[in-house]
Amino acid sequence: MTPIRLEQCADREKDPAEAWHIGGEHLLRCGNTNCAGCGMSLGLQLLNQALGVERPMLAIPACCGIVTAGAFPNSAYGAPVAATTFASSAAVASGLVTIERLNGQDTPVICWAGDGGTYDIGLATLSAAAERNEDLIYICYDNEIYGNTGGQRSSATPEGITTTTSPFGKGERKKDIMGIMAAHAIPYAATLSVAHRDDFLRKVRTARRMHGFRFLLMLSPCPTGWKSEAEESVDLVRHAVGCGLFPLYEVYDGVRYRINVRPDGTPLEEYAARQRRYTGSQVNLKHIRERIAEQWHRLDALALAFPAAAGNDCAHD
Amino acid sequence: MPRVLVTGNQAAGRTLAMAGEANRTARGCCAGAYPITPQTEIIEYLSAHSFSKGRVVPVESEHSAMGVCIGASLAGARSFTASSANGLSYMTENVFAAGYYRLPIVLLAVNRTLGPPWNIWVDQGDSLALRDAAWMQFYTDSHQDLVDTILLAFRVAEDRRILLPALVALDGFVISHTQMVVDLPTQEQVDAYLPPCHVPHRLHTGRPMTFGGLTWPRETAHMRHEIQEAMLRVPEVLTEAIDEFEKLFGRRPVGALETCETTDASTIMVACNTMARTLRNLVKHRRERGERLGMIRVKLFRPFPRQEMRDATATAQRVGVLDRNHSPGSGGIFWQEVAASLRGRSDLLLQDYVVGLGGGDVTEDCLSGIADDLSSRSAEAEPVWEEVAL
Repeated sequence: MTPIRLEQCADREKDPAEAWHIGGEHLLRCGNTNCAGCGMSLGLQLLNQALGVERPMLAIPACCGIVTAGAFPNSAYGAPVAATTFASSAAVASGLVTIERLNGQDTPVICWAGDGGTYDIGLATLSAAAERNEDLIYICYDNEIYGNTGGQRSSATPEGITTTTSPFGKGERKKDIMGIMAAHAIPYAATLSVAHRDDFLRKVRTARRMHGFRFLLMLSPCPTGWKSEAEESVDLVRHAVGCGLFPLYEVYDGVRYRINVRPDGTPLEEYAARQRRYTGSQVNLKHIRERIAEQWHRLDALALAFPAAAGNDCAHD
Repeated sequence: MPRVLVTGNQAAGRTLAMAGEANRTARGCCAGAYPITPQTEIIEYLSAHSFSKGRVVPVESEHSAMGVCIGASLAGARSFTASSANGLSYMTENVFAAGYYRLPIVLLAVNRTLGPPWNIWVDQGDSLALRDAAWMQFYTDSHQDLVDTILLAFRVAEDRRILLPALVALDGFVISHTQMVVDLPTQEQVDAYLPPCHVPHRLHTGRPMTFGGLTWPRETAHMRHEIQEAMLRVPEVLTEAIDEFEKLFGRRPVGALETCETTDASTIMVACNTMARTLRNLVKHRRERGERLGMIRVKLFRPFPRQEMRDATATAQRVGVLDRNHSPGSGGIFWQEVAASLRGRSDLLLQDYVVGLGGGDVTEDCLSGIADDLSSRSAEAEPVWEEVAL
């Protein structure tokens, strides 16, 4: 596929209403460099759908998400993008949104960052932007590795998984980034599944209607890193939700919880057996099942003790 | 124009605030703010200032302070921040990014020794470590020079022919924490002097372009060359900015170099910042004794004014460079630049003096000793390390 050239983009500016029509110009355009089965591609498509004709400004750090754009002067993003330094997406986005708002513009400013830029190198910047309650939507597409550099461990890599920098299986647990973000008492934090389209769209639209810092965490299959088949990416996420490994839930103001999808009894093996990162590792499935049970025990307790009121997602309209 | 008694930091803070306020008719202003000694007072002043269309963002690090400036500038605003020493080092990655993005950000660098060891006093090593970052660099020698240079920096940085960020350096404590009477401009004057900031490549939802994404070697080299071409235009644009400044404010700030008694000088000493002020006194006293000593203050370090340096040293047989900085394994950084400028002068004795590192007090006596050493030399040597009393 030939990337769309900038000159062509310029022509399209003449008729923005048509240019940005759903099904016409897309947030993720032809010619993007993503791999087949990339969860991040699926996420961008759903993000595009959720935003409708509205165009955001994107701040994307050094990660697969910026490689997506292709090479200068082309850009596969149907929105303006600031390619930031690795740790800086939330800081650059803070500057962008500050000026947009000072000029009376309600442009959605979205950080689109991987787990390396979120859990690891960008955590201080993210934490500070959240603490300042900047009017941003921060979306982390979490593929649980440094995918762009060929699959190294991050603090989002699950326990036991073999990566090039944890060749004997990672000894440590995956960081609970949702817990960390909830502890910032931001207006909204939620998890996203590309296998649960309606839930995904509703959460992005909920985030869009609100103001202040909104954090969305998306599990993002990476066939090259997970050693999985490209056509199974959506199924993998469905299984991750179904077996309870990746809970779909929302947290309002860091204190009110709502669980969106409960585990449906899918065996963990359905998820793990289709990824050679699990099968080739020192992963103890019994141990993971215990962790899943712990996680749900805690989440259920929180949702019971501090429930989000029905219709809470519209309270900030 | 109000004449006020202010510290260097207060003067810088007030001037930055007025420059930011002056952009209220355009996209407004934004500063990232993070404290570090001896710069802190600048961001304190900005944080307390009430902008009609601006915001100071209290970030968690210098890296993010520049990140916020980059974002604001990419959104079309006038943006600025300040830092020192290890703060500048921590900021470095985004300092380079700002330059390569061609964003007209102004950064106040209150010079302080990089640690370890922990040392809060003046040394130009912190800002000189950023010399390759596609930023203009100005080194100021007084409170008034600081105020005027900040305004010049915005004007030149935002000029469509330049579009490069500018670093304005001042000596930590010697300027930042001492008070002098300064002619501070009024808001009306700054409004008149600084046109609305226009960042032509700012992000716009009607223009889906990616800034800073993957670029092939040929295009990257081309972008770097464009930066060099913009750098070469700085002297001309700076002179225009100074002409305009003079019309409006009635005084003429120093441009790339300041020369003193160089036209017939056989020996010339080169310095920057407040060391140059002390050096000026030495030149005056030596001239009274009939010595043909002159001095050059380097104010513009990037782009380095090579031609001006050649012109100013045309009559000299000996040039001594005073460096309050050091590049281990080489020598003083100003010396390297002067040597590159005078590389065709085989008749010239060029000697480097590393002096006042870590904030040692460079007195006129100290400089006098260096002048004697310079005049007694028969050949160049490796950079001389000069001890100071404190």
